Amino acid sequence: MKFTGKIWKFGDNIDTDAIIPARYLNIRDPQGLAAHCMEDADPDFMKKMKKGDIIVGGENFGCGSSREHAPIAIKAAGIACVVARSFARIFYRNSFNMGLPIFESRTLWGEVTDGSEIEVDADTGLIRIPGVSADPVRIQPVPPFMQELIADGGLMNHIAKGRAK
Amino acid sequence: MGMTITEKILSRHAGLEEVRPGMLINARVDIALGNDITAPIAIDAFRKAGGKEVFDTKKVVLVPDHFAPNKDIDSAEQCKLMRDFAHEQAITHYFEVGEAGIEHALLPEKGIVVPGDVVIGADSHTCTYGALGAFATGVGSTDLAAAMITGELWFKVPETIKFIYHGNARPWVSGKDLILYTIGRIGVHGALYRAMEFVGEIFRVLPMADRMTMANMAVEAGGKSGIFIPDEITEVYVRKRAERPYEFYTSDPDALYHSTIDIDVTKIEPQVAFPHLPSNTKGISEVGNVPIDQSFIGSCTNGWIEDLRVAAEILKGRHIAYGHRLIIIPATPAIYRQAMKEGLFDIFLDAGGVISLPTCGPCLGGYMGILAKGERSVSTTNRNFVGRMGHPESEVYLAGPAVAAATAVAGRLAGPEQL
Ligand code: SF4
Repeated sequence: MKFTGKIWKFGDNIDTDAIIPARYLNIRDPQGLAAHCMEDADPDFMKKMKKGDIIVGGENFGCGSSREHAPIAIKAAGIACVVARSFARIFYRNSFNMGLPIFESRTLWGEVTDGSEIEVDADTGLIRIPGVSADPVRIQPVPPFMQELIADGGLMNHIAKGRAK
Repeated sequence: MGMTITEKILSRHAGLEEVRPGMLINARVDIALGNDITAPIAIDAFRKAGGKEVFDTKKVVLVPDHFAPNKDIDSAEQCKLMRDFAHEQAITHYFEVGEAGIEHALLPEKGIVVPGDVVIGADSHTCTYGALGAFATGVGSTDLAAAMITGELWFKVPETIKFIYHGNARPWVSGKDLILYTIGRIGVHGALYRAMEFVGEIFRVLPMADRMTMANMAVEAGGKSGIFIPDEITEVYVRKRAERPYEFYTSDPDALYHSTIDIDVTKIEPQVAFPHLPSNTKGISEVGNVPIDQSFIGSCTNGWIEDLRVAAEILKGRHIAYGHRLIIIPATPAIYRQAMKEGLFDIFLDAGGVISLPTCGPCLGGYMGILAKGERSVSTTNRNFVGRMGHPESEVYLAGPAVAAATAVAGRLAGPEQL
């Protein structure tokens, strides 16, 4: 897995109410949710972002409610992946279960500015920031079981596969 | 080497002699919960994966509480989808409007969750049931779908942080103040991925409701779960309710903890968490002059009968400030009836408050009590994120029922002792 894109940088504790406000939770359609992605963190986000862009967050990204609508909205908006210093645990679980690629990196946040281009290489576990730094940034390794989930295409496919055995 | 209560419950449910933090396990799930927001997505996933029948019709629980009674056409569709599924699958614990209350108050009240359980819920405040000595944690809708099919789910065994509360509480200090103070101290990711185990002499005198309030907010510190060691108070609460056999687990003296945090309760005054994080806490004596437009007393955090009694004690013979709105929501129909019987409704109505049917309501800015731009609400709920109760430029101040009631009277942030 490799992603190259422009980043949108957010701070610490970006909560699920900021990612997709509760007032839109009566919507279930991914595109309908995507229309309000990050609305309470940046009201113009959907106007400015392009498909393939990358979100970079600080600590505890995705904290708050268990709503899967949050990773669904981000994925449906066309965001390629999210890299944060740390993720709230339900958001972390949900993202793997949904197939939204997310990566933890303690250091990336400090090295990039809004609008930088980065290259995330999940296979080597390295992120490059062309033109800013020659040294790549390391991603926290993903546990083998979670890699298996992604390889199977998310939790439900993983289960379907297991049951077919 | 010993295990913590959390490790013991998980090892038993995984069919293992022993588990250690960091291990990935597959555990049997006693109860799998969904609500009108999260269950519809789970039901879609259930069907897409070829699910035909839920693993156990008594162990899947569905509660319409967030946007129910239906607030608009879209929520009506979501509630209907869940209702149809519940009927199709003959789900025992589906609660229709009239029987339904806020899920995290309803499940313990009805004895559906019991000590020693592993409970997963597609709602982040599922951690509330840790109050009973169960391992309970919030998950997403896809996890719920998986559990509905298989009756199992994968977990990473969490490390545990032990919180020891020393000394007795000052007047008007409740479980809400203890947990707000704790989150203020460790921050909103202070317990990220970890179990929070709450111990201390003080819990022998605080009622079960205070434990529920504290376990409820473990997720606000990033915690995977919050848990209390069951004791006589648990026994009294559970004995007359439990619909299944239950088991009390305890932590071994030589159990290994990630860390231990000591908290001096005698120093804690009623707390307020300022916008926009639950960790932004101050003691009531330090809040300054903050005019407040609305007070909300309710939610899975503080919609218990004990909370309503505290509010009534303060509101009795008093009236809320001119121009202020006071909204009170008992968390379940049983609490509603009890409050009515005890005459609390007269006190609230005489004070100028309004009482709503059991629902999440204003807590998540869903419906009722939505805030306009620039408005401020004091709220006994658990989150004060940007836009949580309405306009992105409105503000939420989290507090316990005593501060919320006193604030309604004063029209600005106040504790009972300032009235
Ligand atoms: S009362 Fe609030 S926090 Fe509790 S379940 Fe309802 S919306 Fe969630």
